[in-house]
Amino acid sequence: MAEKIFMKGCEAVAETAVRAGCRFFAGYPITPQNDVPEYFARRMPQVNGVFIQGESEVASANMAYGAAAAGVRSMTSSSSCGISLKSEAISWMAGANLPVVIANFQRGGPGIGTIQPAQQDYNQATKASGNGGFRMLVLSPSTLQEAVDMTWRAFELADKYSKPVMLLMDGFTGTMMEPVVLPEPLGEEQVAAIRASKTWAARGRHGGPQHKVMCGPGLDTRISQAQMNERDAELYESWKQTEVEYEEYMTEDAEIVVTAYGITGRIAKSAVGMLRAEGVKAGLIRPLKVYPFPEQAFEKLDFARLRGIVCAEMSIPAQYAEDVRNVVRGRTGIVTALSSGGEVLDRAQILEAARSLMK
Amino acid sequence: MMEKVYFRPAGIFDGTVTGFCPGCMHSSVCKIVCEALDELGQLDNACYVQGVGCCGLAVTYLNMDTVAAPHGRACAIASSFKRCSPETLVFTYQGDGDLAAIGLAETMSAANRGENFTVIFVNNGIYGMTGGQMAPTTLLGAKTTTTPYGRNEAEHGSPMHMCELINQLDAPAYIARVTCADVPNARKAKAAVRKAFQYQLEGRGFSFVEFVSNCPTNWGMSPLESLDHVHNVILKEFPLGEFRAK
Repeated sequence: MAEKIFMKGCEAVAETAVRAGCRFFAGYPITPQNDVPEYFARRMPQVNGVFIQGESEVASANMAYGAAAAGVRSMTSSSSCGISLKSEAISWMAGANLPVVIANFQRGGPGIGTIQPAQQDYNQATKASGNGGFRMLVLSPSTLQEAVDMTWRAFELADKYSKPVMLLMDGFTGTMMEPVVLPEPLGEEQVAAIRASKTWAARGRHGGPQHKVMCGPGLDTRISQAQMNERDAELYESWKQTEVEYEEYMTEDAEIVVTAYGITGRIAKSAVGMLRAEGVKAGLIRPLKVYPFPEQAFEKLDFARLRGIVCAEMSIPAQYAEDVRNVVRGRTGIVTALSSGGEVLDRAQILEAARSLMK
Repeated sequence: MMEKVYFRPAGIFDGTVTGFCPGCMHSSVCKIVCEALDELGQLDNACYVQGVGCCGLAVTYLNMDTVAAPHGRACAIASSFKRCSPETLVFTYQGDGDLAAIGLAETMSAANRGENFTVIFVNNGIYGMTGGQMAPTTLLGAKTTTTPYGRNEAEHGSPMHMCELINQLDAPAYIARVTCADVPNARKAKAAVRKAFQYQLEGRGFSFVEFVSNCPTNWGMSPLESLDHVHNVILKEFPLGEFRAK
């Protein structure tokens, strides 16, 4: 039985990244994720990795881009308004097909917002944070064990598709502590093999063909803007079949479905348990990835039996609920249980919203 | 049997016609950089980080590894790239808007950290690609599309001198301002580029070579007039020389 370690969310993510072969991290101080760069600053020298405290969020994200261009598993993290600044580089990663893992420990917003937990960046994460209409796989954990597992997978997915992948956390999952089982670290040979497999990475020609890491079109005549965007659109479309991931809990006979992601998904799950104890047939749909959106989970529902859906999130105005509404298309009622970013949602709000559907 | 003493450097694609405007010194700078790489035997080991603007046109010209940077971010990207690939010879190729305006923080911070790569900075005192707007390096009095009444100190500030600014920092190892506006200076320019690359290969840290360049198109001058303008006016504001070689 693997050893359980009691860890803080930020540090569990950072340690998992190192174990997954991440050998470059750049970040900039912003609450509530300062433990991430601080952890990498201690840890990277131990594994011959590179940590740079960037002069800005913008520079840090571009540094992560530069390291990925050299073929190294690379990561950056921030919180909300910092992700806005990183979005320039994230758009370039999508355009230049660079695998980078970006973690967002969400805080309040818009603007600087409060430093407390939030889910106010749903649209930013799932609808393209930068220019150009690109998409990212967006993983959102509700426990620290999930955060560990998803961090590992985020690096694999980034390499698989050669695209940026986002870990959508929040101030809650970043700063709380829980017991986690960490994955066995990749060996140095494995880390080197992963880098060597990226034959597209720049390193000097060394007798071979030129390596060009750049957004496809424009001065590079290999591919037109249309070809590049059509190829990406096909990839995003394929994710709807291959990358959808969600948890269903007691939905088989559900009359009420509560749906939420991330830390709110965990609050929602406990609300479902309480509703069941009251005799309400409640169930849960919890996306593990918020992009691609788990349309299938909702399409499968027996709308004839359903009395409604409760969408819970730490965002006012609601954002996740809009995607649920677009899939449900009026086939059942939808109510929301919301808290403003910066204020943790109370389970009682979910119970109240669910009970309103039973009236 | 005659010996071939002058030829196209290997770093420039065969048969390529430069995308730079007629008379623009960018093509001379590219040639000098490629000759220096050839002489050092480093072409096959080189990777350059492209800035955005006219400097980006070099991609159609330079036959070596390259990473494209968002506008102004070349020094951030070169920093991480070089640290992850220390054996590769890394240089950025940037213009004045890219390096001294939108990328000022990235430039100064990389210099201050003493990152072990080389900056090739092409300063033509104007935004060329976008049609001739004021740059941080535009001379006082100069009319551009965004200073139609001339750059004035009270409203726009004075031209920024990047070599002098970087020379205020402790870490940089090599700082020089050169030009290829005439043959003797072009030879000195190549020596400076070689020295900068040599510094990098020896791991001595940040090296910075500024080329005082021209922009006949947006200066509204013929190529020859623009060279006279460099000699008679620009070089008085931007004096040539080695600022540091430690």
